[in-house]
Amino acid sequence: MTALLEVEDLRVSYGKIEAVKGISFSVEAGQVVTLIGTNGAGKTTTLRTLSGLLKPTSGKILFDGKPLSGVPAHKIVSFGLAHSPEGRHIFPRLTIFENLQLGAFLRKDKEGIEKDIQRAYELFPILGERRNQAAGTLSGGEQQMLAMGRALMSQPKLLMLDEPSMGLSPIMMQKIMATIVELKSQGTTILLVEQNAQAALSLADQGHVMEVGNIVLSGTGQDLLHDESVRKAYLGED
Amino acid sequence: MNTLPQQLANGLLLGSMYGLIAIGYTMVYGIVQLINFAHGEIFMTGAFGAFTVYFYILPDGVSMAVAVPLMLVGGGIVAILIAVGAERFAYRPLRGAPRLAPLITAIGLSLALQEVVRNFYPGADRAVAFPGLDATHEIGSVTIKDADIFLIVAAIICMSALAFFVRKSRTGRAMQATAQDPDTAQLMGIDTNRIIVIAFAIGGFFAAVAAVAYGLKYGNIDYRMGFLMGLKAFTAAVLGGIGNIYGAMLGGLVLGVAETLASAYIDGIPGMDKLGGQSWANVWAFALLIIVLLVRPQGLLGERVADRA
Repeated sequence: MTALLEVEDLRVSYGKIEAVKGISFSVEAGQVVTLIGTNGAGKTTTLRTLSGLLKPTSGKILFDGKPLSGVPAHKIVSFGLAHSPEGRHIFPRLTIFENLQLGAFLRKDKEGIEKDIQRAYELFPILGERRNQAAGTLSGGEQQMLAMGRALMSQPKLLMLDEPSMGLSPIMMQKIMATIVELKSQGTTILLVEQNAQAALSLADQGHVMEVGNIVLSGTGQDLLHDESVRKAYLGED
Repeated sequence: MNTLPQQLANGLLLGSMYGLIAIGYTMVYGIVQLINFAHGEIFMTGAFGAFTVYFYILPDGVSMAVAVPLMLVGGGIVAILIAVGAERFAYRPLRGAPRLAPLITAIGLSLALQEVVRNFYPGADRAVAFPGLDATHEIGSVTIKDADIFLIVAAIICMSALAFFVRKSRTGRAMQATAQDPDTAQLMGIDTNRIIVIAFAIGGFFAAVAAVAYGLKYGNIDYRMGFLMGLKAFTAAVLGGIGNIYGAMLGGLVLGVAETLASAYIDGIPGMDKLGGQSWANVWAFALLIIVLLVRPQGLLGERVADRA
C-alpha cells in the first residue's frame, strides 16, 4: 500500500544555508510519526515546507498520491493537510469561536462546521467555556489546544503538530499528550515534531531522529526509545 | 458666521474627509505594514477620474443628482485601478525586500502620478474647475452646503459598510486573520494576496469618495491636492492608531476638529494673537500628532504591537 505522505530526498535552503539536506520518510494512514531532534535540526523547516510556506530546492513530496511541489500554501489545506504551527500562532484578537471557524475556512458545509466546533469544545472543554473570549487572553496551554482544535477543523487527512508541548507546564504537557493519544485512537494520522523525545516516542508508531538537516536514525517509537544513542542524546541519560 | 457650532461642524466635515482617506493608509498598513505614500495621489486621480466623467462623458447641463453617482463610479474605478496596479506592479515584487525599498517606491510613485497628471491631463497644469454643490442650508446657527451633506452621508455609509464587512463577512474575517498573522492565515486556506488586493481596492474607492466630496465642496481640483490631504489623512491614521479602521475614523475627526478650532480660536489666547487663522492650521494639526505620539505612541485606539514570535 502506498503511504499517505511520501517525502523523497527533500532539500530546503534559507539563502545559501541548507537547513534540510535531502531527507526521505513516509507516513501511513492511521500512523503517528514523529520527528525528534535538537533546535536547528530542520524539523520545523520540514513541516513548513510540507504546508507550502517554504519552497523546497529539490525533492519530491507526494500527499495522497498527488505532488505538492509548486502548490501555494493556501491551497494545500484543501488537499487534507493541516498544520498547527510552532508557537501556536492563534489569531489573538479574534475570539476562540472565530479562530475555530477560520480553521474551516475552505469548507462550505455549515452544519458540519457547527458539529466540528462542538466536537472541539468536547475535546477541549475550556475552549467551549471561553468561546467568545479573545484568543490572545488564553494561557499558553489553552492556546495550544485552540491551535490543535483549529487545525482539526479542516477535517485533515494528516495533522501536523509542531512542538505542541513547547513552553507548557508539566501538567498541561500531559494533557496535550493525552489528547494526541486520543486523536490517534480515533484514527487521526499525525506527524508530530517534538523536543520532548520521551513523550513523542512513547506514543509514536514511527520515529525519525534529525540532526543538522539529516535523518540520522529511524525506527519504531519503542525501538528508538530503547536505543542507546537516542537515550544518551535526547533522553538525558548517561 | 464663526460661531462655535459652525466651527465644530466645519471640523467634523473636514475630519470625515481625512477619515475616508485615512482608511486606505490604515488598511494597507494593517495587512502589509507598508505606508503607501502614494495614497494621496490615488485620492487625486480619483478626483480627476470623477471630473473626466462629468466633463467628457456626461452631456452638458446634466442634473447633479444623476452626475454625482456616476462621478463616484468613474472616480472609484480610476482610483481602484491605480491602487491595485500599484500593489501588483510596484509593491508586490518588493514584498520580501527591506522596508525602506517599498517606502521609497511609494514616494517615487507619488511623484510620478503627480507628474503624469500634470503633463498629460488636459489643463491640469493649473487648478481645474470642478462642479460644485453650493446650495446652502441653515440648521440652527450652522450653515452647510449640499456638498457637506453629500460628504457626511457618504462617510457614514462607507464607514458603516466597512465595519460590517470586516466584522461579519467571510472575507472580512480573512482580512483580520491576514492582518494578525499572514503565514498562519495561509495555513487556514486564505489567499493572502487576494486579501491584500481587496485592501488596496477598498482604500482606493474610499479615497475616490473623499475626492468627489472635495471637488464638490471646494469647487476645484489640481494635481497637487493629494499631497497635503494625503499627509493629513496619514496623520489621522497614526493619530487614531495605524492599522485600526475605527482609529482612522476617530483620528480623522479629532484632527479635523482640532485644526479647525485651533485656527479659529487660538489667536484669542493672550500672546498667541499671531498664531491663528487658516495659515497656521497645518502647524496645529502636526503639533497635535507630535503630542499624541509622545503621550501615546500607539495612537488613540492602537494596540501595543505584540512581538511576533
